[in-house]
Amino acid sequence: MPDTRVPAYPMKRDCPFDPPPELRRIQAESPITRVRLWDGSSPWLITDYPDQRAVLSDPRFSADVRRPGYPHVTAASQARRRRSRSFISMDEPEHGTYRTMLTGTFMIKKVEALRPRIQRIVDRRIDAMLDGGPPADLVAAFALPVPSLVICELLGVPYAEHAFFQRCSRVLVSSRSTPEEAVAAADELKDYLTRLLGLKAADPADDLLSRLVTEQADTMSRSQIADMAMLLLVAGHETTANMIGLGTLTLLQHPDQLAELRGSDDPKLVAGAVEELLRYLSIVHSGRRRVAIEDVEIGGRLIRAGEGVIVATDAGNRDATAFPDPDVLDIHRRARHHVAFGYGVHQCLGQPLARVELQVVYGTLYRRVPTLRQAVPLEEIRFKHDMLVYGVHELPVSW
Amino acid sequence: MKVTIDQDRCIGSGQCVLLAPEVFDQRDEDGIVVLLQEDPPAELDADVAEAAHVCPGLAISVEG
Ligand code: HEM
Ligand code: SF4
Repeated sequence: MPDTRVPAYPMKRDCPFDPPPELRRIQAESPITRVRLWDGSSPWLITDYPDQRAVLSDPRFSADVRRPGYPHVTAASQARRRRSRSFISMDEPEHGTYRTMLTGTFMIKKVEALRPRIQRIVDRRIDAMLDGGPPADLVAAFALPVPSLVICELLGVPYAEHAFFQRCSRVLVSSRSTPEEAVAAADELKDYLTRLLGLKAADPADDLLSRLVTEQADTMSRSQIADMAMLLLVAGHETTANMIGLGTLTLLQHPDQLAELRGSDDPKLVAGAVEELLRYLSIVHSGRRRVAIEDVEIGGRLIRAGEGVIVATDAGNRDATAFPDPDVLDIHRRARHHVAFGYGVHQCLGQPLARVELQVVYGTLYRRVPTLRQAVPLEEIRFKHDMLVYGVHELPVSW
Repeated sequence: MKVTIDQDRCIGSGQCVLLAPEVFDQRDEDGIVVLLQEDPPAELDADVAEAAHVCPGLAISVEG
């Protein structure tokens, strides 16, 4: 019998821009508490910012999805992530071995060098959207293509395949997918990437997949490289796309701040707005998941070896001890210590790239389309309650 | 302010470089942090302290 006093997780949102009210209530009343998951398990939920950072930077909490007690997001995610493991689900020292093969590519200098290229991609996509409308669906016309084009170029995946990999990716991040659907989508994507790696090995180009397949031929199997490529491709476009779609809608709902952003050519203001929107929206809203491998005391609670832990970073980013007036969107706030990219050794590898993409987008779109507005009222917009990465399914706009 | 770094803990997030490029850089081959100055001038104190606070690897320590 499930204990009905233990609240079910995840919880339902009320306002589409805020974390669920019940999550905020738990955060106020008992920041470390048990919750009940889809499979009847009852891991700990951590909602306060200081304890969240303590958990995520403590090697006694493992990200290994094969360990008993790991709190899986859905049955589909469990089946899929156990089958093909990439470094996001590994612990030290294994995690670091793979991550450092990539950190050179994602370092600030290298990503800054891509800024002009990203600017061109953004400009062209705006041109195309303006040519085809109004109206337009900002998600399909702009938010999804921009990060997809960027990650395709970086990896060396032909953008012509975007309908295929976006479809697979959607199945992987949907909380409605069955385990069979998720495994099939992952297998399909992996087969495709494995074939692509074969082509790159025979005829290397100047891209990340060619580099991995030639330089790491002795350290990684083709299958391992394909798993890594899949992580980069999916993580590299789904998240940023949602920050563009939902971020734009949020700014349209805060016209004063949008006007300020549009009227300024201060790159610092734009960079600050990116950090604040990352904090405020916390789109990776299903919690960072870990399992304790030793008994650990956190915030006065004993978490025993084998118990699961969910770090609700969407709540942490609204913790008033770290962010005064946390429910207020304020693009002038110093928000860089947010946990929207996670914290600890698994903190987002692609964050420098995501930042530059969002800075270019937020710094360009509203200036080039100064009359941009919602074409439908808020009530008609479909939010991604059913996806592991939050956002809007469509954003009908006009200008 | 005295700054020390622990390259073994660094995960190459680049956060420190964004906050205080005068003090932190990344190695070309793998993006791991390098310290450009151990004793940066006082006007950089706030940025360096923020870098130490946000560093996801707990790789930056400051004193004084
Ligand atoms: C706004 C955009 C993005 C957000 C909000 C975001 C968020 C996150 C979060 C929260 C994690 C931590 C997972 C955990 O602790 O379990 C993560 C990890 C990761 N992200 Fe991102 N991400 C974004 C963009 C990107 C991009 C553009 C890439 C690029 C290629 C990327 C690649 C990765 C990878 C590879 C990891 C695993 C890192 C590790 O385990 O060491 N992400 N991301
Ligand atoms: S912030 Fe920390 S982890 Fe990131 S590059 Fe600097 S030292 Fe390394």
